Amino acid sequence: MTRSPLLEMAAVDKAFGATVALSGAHLRVEAGEVRALIGENGAGKSTLMRILSGVEKADSGTIRISGQPFSPANPQQARDGGIAMVHQELAVVEDLTVEENLLLGAEPSVFGVYLPARMRDRVISSLSLLGRNDIQPSTAVARLSVADRQLVEIARALVHDAPVIVFDEPTSSLGAQDIEHLFEVIDRLRKDGRAVVYISHFLEEVQSVADTWTVLRDGEVVGEGNISDTTTEELVSQMIGRRLEEMYPRIARDKGKELIEVEGLNTRSGVKDAQLTLHGGEVLGIAGLVGSGRSELLRGIYGLDSIASGSVRFEGKTHRPDPNRSIRAGIGFASEDRKKEGLATDLSVATNLTLGASSGRHFFSILGLKKERKDVEVQIKQFGIRTRGPEQPIRSLSGGNQQKVALARLVHLDVDAVLLDEPTRGIDVGSKTEVYRWIGELAAAGKGVLVVSSSMQELLGICDRIQVMHRGKLGASRAVDQWDEHSLMVRAVGGEGAA
Amino acid sequence: MKITLPGHWIGTLAPFLAVVVVVLLFWVYAPDQPMTLQTWQFVAAQTVVVGLAAVGMTWVIISAGIDLSVGSVIALSGVSAALAVEAGWGAIGGVLAALVTGALCGAYNGVLIVGLRLPPFIATLGTMGFYRGVAKWVAANESVRPEDAAGVSFTAEIADWVMPVADGQWLAPAVWLLLATTVLGAWALRWTVLGRHTVAIGSSELTARLCGVRIKQTKVVIYALAGLLAGLAGVMLFGRLTVGDPTSAVGIELDVIAAVVIGGASLAGGQGSVTGALAGALLMAVLRNRCTAVGWPNFVQEIIVGHIIILAVAIDQWRIRKTNH
Repeated sequence: MTRSPLLEMAAVDKAFGATVALSGAHLRVEAGEVRALIGENGAGKSTLMRILSGVEKADSGTIRISGQPFSPANPQQARDGGIAMVHQELAVVEDLTVEENLLLGAEPSVFGVYLPARMRDRVISSLSLLGRNDIQPSTAVARLSVADRQLVEIARALVHDAPVIVFDEPTSSLGAQDIEHLFEVIDRLRKDGRAVVYISHFLEEVQSVADTWTVLRDGEVVGEGNISDTTTEELVSQMIGRRLEEMYPRIARDKGKELIEVEGLNTRSGVKDAQLTLHGGEVLGIAGLVGSGRSELLRGIYGLDSIASGSVRFEGKTHRPDPNRSIRAGIGFASEDRKKEGLATDLSVATNLTLGASSGRHFFSILGLKKERKDVEVQIKQFGIRTRGPEQPIRSLSGGNQQKVALARLVHLDVDAVLLDEPTRGIDVGSKTEVYRWIGELAAAGKGVLVVSSSMQELLGICDRIQVMHRGKLGASRAVDQWDEHSLMVRAVGGEGAA
Repeated sequence: MKITLPGHWIGTLAPFLAVVVVVLLFWVYAPDQPMTLQTWQFVAAQTVVVGLAAVGMTWVIISAGIDLSVGSVIALSGVSAALAVEAGWGAIGGVLAALVTGALCGAYNGVLIVGLRLPPFIATLGTMGFYRGVAKWVAANESVRPEDAAGVSFTAEIADWVMPVADGQWLAPAVWLLLATTVLGAWALRWTVLGRHTVAIGSSELTARLCGVRIKQTKVVIYALAGLLAGLAGVMLFGRLTVGDPTSAVGIELDVIAAVVIGGASLAGGQGSVTGALAGALLMAVLRNRCTAVGWPNFVQEIIVGHIIILAVAIDQWRIRKTNH
C-alpha cells in the first residue's frame, strides 16, 4: 500500500442551484509540499477551500487527512481537524495583543481563569519557527504592519499545530518586500513538514513559492504537475483555455486633440507639480510604486482628492475638479478599491451601473426604470458580465464580474476621458484580457484613457505613452517603445537610468 | 411592474402580518373584546403622529443617519401651529407655520451633520435639547391655548381632521393624509433621483461620492424632508391636544425609530421600507390599544413592545444571513 498523502480531496461535487461550482474536483498535498491552486475567478478554487474549511458542504466526494476520512460540518470542526486558513482579508483582532490573537478561541484556562503562561512556550516557538523572535507576544496587533498581522495569522495556525495550511490570495495586501518574507515563511512551513495549499492568480508568485500546481477551470481540474517542468505560457493557457498572444489585443487608433491638460498640479495628498496631457484616441499610462502618488494624481484630476494648486483643463476649458462636475463634463473614474469605493456591494448590478448617470439630475426628477433596465441589460451583454440578472447584488459576483460592472458604468455615462486606477487588480486572466480589449476599443473610438497600474508588463502592453511617478513627482512622457520593464522599474524606484 | 424578488415582498408584508397575528392572539385571549370598526378607526388615528414622523425617519435611517430630535421638533411645530392660530393666521396658517418650523429644524440638523461633520446621533442629540428648549421658550413654558373665538374655531377645524369621530366618515382625514404620505414616500424612494441617492449614500457613501452624488446637498434635503414630516406630525398632535404643549411628544423618537426598524430598516443604512415603517407604527398602536382593552397595565405594553423590536431585528438578521448563502 502506498503512503497516503497528508491531504486528499477526491471527486468533490458542488452545485448552487443550477450553477455547477465543482465537478469531480480533486486535490492531493503531501507533507512538506506547497501546492499552488490556480484558476480564474469563479473557477471553483474558493468553493473547494470553503468545503475543506467546513464553511460549505460538498454534494458528494471525500476528504481524507493522513488517510482518515474527514467531513467538517463547520469551521470549528475543520480547525480542530487540523485545517488552518490564512485569508485574503486578515482576520485578526486589532485591539488584542499578539498572544491574545494567537490563543483566541482556545484560551488556556483553569476554572475560567485565563492563564496565558501555560501556552507561552507554544506562542514563542510558533513565532520563532516563522523566524520572527522580534515580535513580542505582548505587542498590540494594531501597532503591527499589515505584513506582520498576516504573520500573526500564520502563527495562529502553528499554535494550533495545524498540519494543513491554506493561503487564500495572501499577497493581495502586501508590498514586494513583505511578499519575499512571506515566501521565506512558507519555505519554513515546508521544511517543517506541513502541507500547504497556495491559492493565487499571480503566476510569478506561484512559480517562486510552490512545488506543484493544480489548475481549476469551470469547476474541474484541467491539469496538474510540477512547477519546475512547466512554463508560464502553459499555465496561462491552462487557466484561460487559450493562448497568451491574445492577451493584449491591439486595435488601430488615431491620436486626436487634447482632452485633459494638467499643469503644475499639487494635491494635498502628495502629488507635486504634475504635468500631463491626455489626447483623445490614446492610452496614457502612469507607472510607479504603491504610495508614489499615482492614484492621488488621478483622484486629484477627478476631484476626489483636494487640490492645493495648479490647473486642470478639459477640452480647452478650465475644469474645477469635483466628481459631480467631472461626470457632467465627461470624465469618468474607476477606483482601485472596488469593494469599498468603486461599488456599493449591497446594491444591485443595475443600481451600481446607473448610479453615475443620475447624479447630474435634479433631486425630484423621476427615474426611468424601464429604460434603465434595458440599458443595463445591454451593458451586461456587451461586457459579458456573468450575473443572474440586473437585480443581483454586487457582493455575490466574482471579482472579475464586479470590475466589469464598475467599468460598464463608465460606458453607460458615455464619458470622453476615462481615468482607471488599477483596472485589473485582483481579477482573473480571462477578465484581464477583456478589460484590455475594452480599453483598446475606447481609444479606437476616440476617447482618452489614463491608466495607473502596478504591472509594468500590462502598461507596456496597452499604452501609447507612459509617464513614471516617484515620490509624488511625475516624470516626462515617452512613447511606449522607448520603455521596457527594466527602465520603468529604475524610474519607479527613483533611479535616473536612461532607457 | 413585474415582481422579480418575492423576498422583498415577504419583507414588506411581514410587519403587516405581525399586526394580524397580534390582533388574533388578543382575540383568542379575550373574545369578548374584539377589534370593532370603531376600534380600528381609533387605532388608525392614534398611528398618525408616529406614522408621519416614521416616513421621514425611514429615509434618514436608509441614508445611514438617525434623527433623535424628532420628538422635540414635533412639540416645537405644535407650539408654532398654536401660536399662529392664536395670532389669527387661521387653520391653514397654523399648518404652514408648523411645516416651516419642522423643515427648518430638519435642515439645521442636516447642516450641522454635513457642515461640522458630526455623527447624526450626536448632532440630533444636541438639537433634541435645543428644539425642546426653544419650544418651552416661545411658549413661555406653558401650553399655548388659543382662546379668542376665532382661535377656538381654527383649533376645532384642525382637531376635526385628526379625530375619528365624524359620522359617516370612514377614516379621519389625518389617516388619509398618513396613507398618502406613505405611498408618496415609498414611491419616491424607488422612483426619484433623491430616493436612489439616499439608498446609495446609506449603502456606500464613498461609492456615491465617486459616482458624483452631491452628498452634502442630498443629506440636507433628506433631513429637511424628515423635519417637514415631523412638522406635519406636530400639527396632528396639536389637533389632538387642542393646545400647543411644549412638553408633549417626549421620548416619541424611540417609538418612531422602533416603527422604522420593525418595518425592516437597517440602522447600518442602505435598507428600509416606508410601508414597513407604517406597519411598524400601526403594530405598536394596536398593541397599546389591545393591552388597554384587556386591562393590562402600561408596563406590560412596554415589555411586549421591547421584545417585538428585538424579535423584528433578529428575524431580519436571520433573513439576511439566509439570502447571503
